[in-house]
This record gives sequence, C-alpha cells and structure tokens, in this order.
Amino acid sequence: MRHRALSLKILSSVLIFGAWEVAGRVPVSFAFPTFLESMAALWVLTIEGTIFTAYAETLKPLVVGVLISAFIGIGLGIWIGLSRKFEWFISPIFIVMQSAPLAALIPLLIMVYGIGLTSKVFVVCIMAMPVIVLNTGGAVRNTSVSIVEMGESFLGTRRDIIMKIILPAASPIIFVGLRLGVSAGFIGAILSELKITPTGVGDIITYSRSIADYPSMYAAIFSIILLAVLFLNLLERIEVMLFKGINKGFVSD
Amino acid sequence: MNNQTTSTNAVSVRNVFKNYDDVEALHDLSLDFPKGELTSLLGPSGCGKTTLLKIIAGLLPATSGEVIVNGKTVTGPGPDRAFVFQDFALLPWASVLRNVAFGLELRGVPKSEREAIAEKYIADVGLSGFEQKVPHELSGGMRQRVGLARALSVNAEVLLMDEPFSAVDEQTRRKFQEDLLNLVKHENKTFLFVTHSIEEAVYVSDQIALLLPRPSRVSEIIRPSGFRHKPIDSIRRDSEYLDIVDKIWESLRTYVE
Ligand SMILES: Nc1ncnc2c1ncn2[C@@H]1O[C@H](COP(=O)(O)OP(=O)(O)OP(=O)(O)O)[C@@H](O)[C@H]1O
Ligand SMILES: [Mg+2]
Repeated sequence: MRHRALSLKILSSVLIFGAWEVAGRVPVSFAFPTFLESMAALWVLTIEGTIFTAYAETLKPLVVGVLISAFIGIGLGIWIGLSRKFEWFISPIFIVMQSAPLAALIPLLIMVYGIGLTSKVFVVCIMAMPVIVLNTGGAVRNTSVSIVEMGESFLGTRRDIIMKIILPAASPIIFVGLRLGVSAGFIGAILSELKITPTGVGDIITYSRSIADYPSMYAAIFSIILLAVLFLNLLERIEVMLFKGINKGFVSD
Repeated sequence: MNNQTTSTNAVSVRNVFKNYDDVEALHDLSLDFPKGELTSLLGPSGCGKTTLLKIIAGLLPATSGEVIVNGKTVTGPGPDRAFVFQDFALLPWASVLRNVAFGLELRGVPKSEREAIAEKYIADVGLSGFEQKVPHELSGGMRQRVGLARALSVNAEVLLMDEPFSAVDEQTRRKFQEDLLNLVKHENKTFLFVTHSIEEAVYVSDQIALLLPRPSRVSEIIRPSGFRHKPIDSIRRDSEYLDIVDKIWESLRTYVE
C-alpha cells in the first residue's frame, strides 16, 4: 500500500517534469526554460551557496510569521469557538483579512512598519492566520453537543471539558487549518520579498529576471515549492504521530 | 410534601414548566419517581421526554418549578445522577476502557483505581476482551453497553436513560430488557427510562407515566404489579401484561396522526 503510494508520487512527478521539459523545448515562450536547464541552474545556486544564504533570509519572516499565526491563531480560534460574543466581535476581522487583496494592503504596511522584517512578518501573518483561526473556531464550535453534555453530566469542569473533549474532537480540523495556513505563509513570505524589498529567494527571482537568467529564476521558484511540499509532509507526519488514536477513532464515525 | 414521600421518592418533579423561546415543551408537569424502582416515560414523539430527563439531570434549567433529588433541589448535574445517552455519547478516539472510566476520570479518581472499577463493569455488561477497542470497532449494541457501563461505574443512585435501546436490533433489545430487569432487582438504584415502545415500557417498568403531546403533562400513571415477580420469560404471555399494553394503546392512539 505504502509502496504503491510512493510509486504513484514518483510517476506523477515524472509526468509533470516531463511536460515541463517538453514545454521548455517547444518553447512555449523564450522566457520559459526547460526542466533540465532549471535543475542545472539550481545545482549552480546550490554549490555556490547562494540558495542557502537566500533561505536564511527568507525563512526568518516565514518561521516567525507562521509561529505567531499558529499560536495566536489557534488560541483565538478556540476562544471564538467557545464564545458566541467573541466570535461576533472577532471573526469578521479574519473574514475580511482572508478576502482582502493583500497587494493593496502592502503599501499601507510599509507606511506603518517600514520595509524591514516587521512588515514581512505581517504579510506572512495576514496570509496564514485567517485560515487557522477560522478552521479552529469552526471545529471547536461544531464539537458534537452530545459529548459535551456527557462531560457536563459526569461533572467535568469547564477546563476538563475543553481539554479532554472539545480539543481532541477538534484537533483533526485544527491541523487542516494549520497546514493550509503554513502553505499560505509560504506564499506570503515570497510575496513580501517581491513587493516590499527584494531579499532572500525573492531577490534571486527579481535579480535573475532583470538579467534574463530565466533558468535561475525558475530554479528559485522550484526550490520554494519543493520546500513547501517537504514541510507540509513533515507536518503531516507529526500530526499522524500525535493523533494516532484520534485519527483511528475518526475513520468511520 | 410530608417526610413520607420525600424518603420514598428518589426524584420528585414539582410543577415544572419549560419553554424553548415560544415553544412550550412542558406545562405544569409533576411526577414522583419511587426509590429503587424503574419508571418509564412514554409518550408521542416530541412531547418533551428528553427535555424532562435533561432537566432532572441538571443539564437544562426549567423555566419554573423544581426538581428534588433525594431531598435536595436540583441546580445542576450532580454525583447522584448518571445519564445514558440515546446516541451513546462516547469519545470516538478513546478506548472502551477509557470511555467507561471517563466519568470517574472527570471526578479525579486515580487511574489505576478507576480502571479497576471500569474493568468490573465492562465485565458486567459482557464486554470483556474489548477494553482496548475504540467505539467505531463496536456494534451499536456494544456501544450502548459501553454507555451503560460508564453510567454504572460512577455509582449514582439515579440512572437517567434516554431511549437507550432504540438504536439496537430487536434480539439485542430483548436481551437488554432482561438485563435491565436484573439490574433493577440487584443494583438497588432508581431508573428513569424513556422509551417509544409500549411493550418495552410494560415489560420493564414498575411504573409507567403516560405523557400528553406538547405542552406535556402526565396524563396517567400505570403501575403493573401482578407479573413483576413472575419468571422473566413468562411475562409476555401474562394476561395483565397484555391488558396493560392494550389499555395504553387505547390512550395513546387518539394522539397518533
Ligand atoms: N433546543 C431546543 N430548542 C427549541 N425547541 C426544542 C429544543 N429541544 C427540544 N425542543 C422542542 O421541544 C419539544 C420536546 O422535545 P424533546 O426532545 O424533549 O421531545 P421527546 O419527547 O424527547 O421526543 P422524541 O420522542 O422524538 O425523542 C419538541 O417539540 C422540540 O421541537
Ligand atoms: Mg427524545
């Protein structure tokens, strides 16, 4: 079973990269390099070490922003899920945040927080937090009424009911929100480097485009996607490990 | 009320009204539940049986009126009452053992102690060997037995059972009814039992309260007495049993449709 999943993954990668190679050779556009050219460029970036210094820069706002979004987002989400009043008060902010055109907000952020790390962290948070908050809130709110009543009838304290019933019941959906939030955070981090100041990977993209070094540009984009996929896989592993029993319980219920 | 009634009734419901916004679910309902007996609540769907049970459990406030359990007015859930839920209300991620011990866990009983108690009731309801299964690995009937074992393990004097057998097949249901009769005989607890089935109510009850459709009051109290001490397997052929089933159907049929 595992084996088959792995070979399917390899097959679909081969198909996608093959199509990329073909499209690059046709060529679709003179600015579209082939897969092999891009990989060669990635190799150069790697042995020169450029890619590592770039990620050292890019990961800063990403990690800080995602951590803030995860902690504050899950906290706020739980609160929203537990209190109607608080939901009424807070969740419109996140709904607006989720649908707001981010590009239009960036000049505003720059005006207030300048062009440094703070603004970039904000962009990551704006991308990542709403989906985490809204998923967590929904999951907490929709905990089955009957198991909560069960907890009350067996004299559970409010704390016990939250910790032992509501959070475990909500955790699979909270993790879905977390994963969506992390991938949105990646987009936010790159976007902030393209729109605020070109640093890190955003700098490689901007710079190589300006000198028409398209293979390097695509190599950088490819590396982001690769990193995001690897990180999401890692998160999924952690989730499976943490909630072995819980996932088992949700298979058919 | 005088002392006599408070000492023989485990639960007394006094002039309870319950409104949900503009829906009047219970209207001036009064009913006594004698200690050590099983009382069934029987009535048409939507008449407020679950509502009444939840008010007694302290899960829902009455709009007015009061509920007295062992001489004390109910203000919330208490250690003297345990609920068996119609939809089982099990934790889907927890093992049978943890589910059964969960009531004790919430009361702060140490792990080894509560698991020993849970083991005993798991065996009593016939689930030995299933301790480490999670609910979705069990049949409906087995899940309900987990719910029953959980309620028994906190050792409350009053058991509130909301249609506990409605989700199981007919054979299992008959087995459960017999088990319930044994439980009533041996556990010395007071049972409040909601059911839709006339036959089931007559079969298991010391007292049957017929409820009117919404807004609900008690229309009639029936106490089957003759066949209660006869052997279990002859009850369904007993003439008093059959007469009471007919009589209840006569009373209820006017409300159907
Ligand atoms: N939370 C609620 N909000 C509004 N109305 C409710 C609520 N719960 C119950 N009701 C109404 O109160 C009435 C009694 O409901 P209840 O669930 O107590 O009936 P029941 O006798 O248990 O029915 P059934 O036999 O179908 O389980 C119903 O008409 C129902 O529509
Ligand atoms: Mg009901």
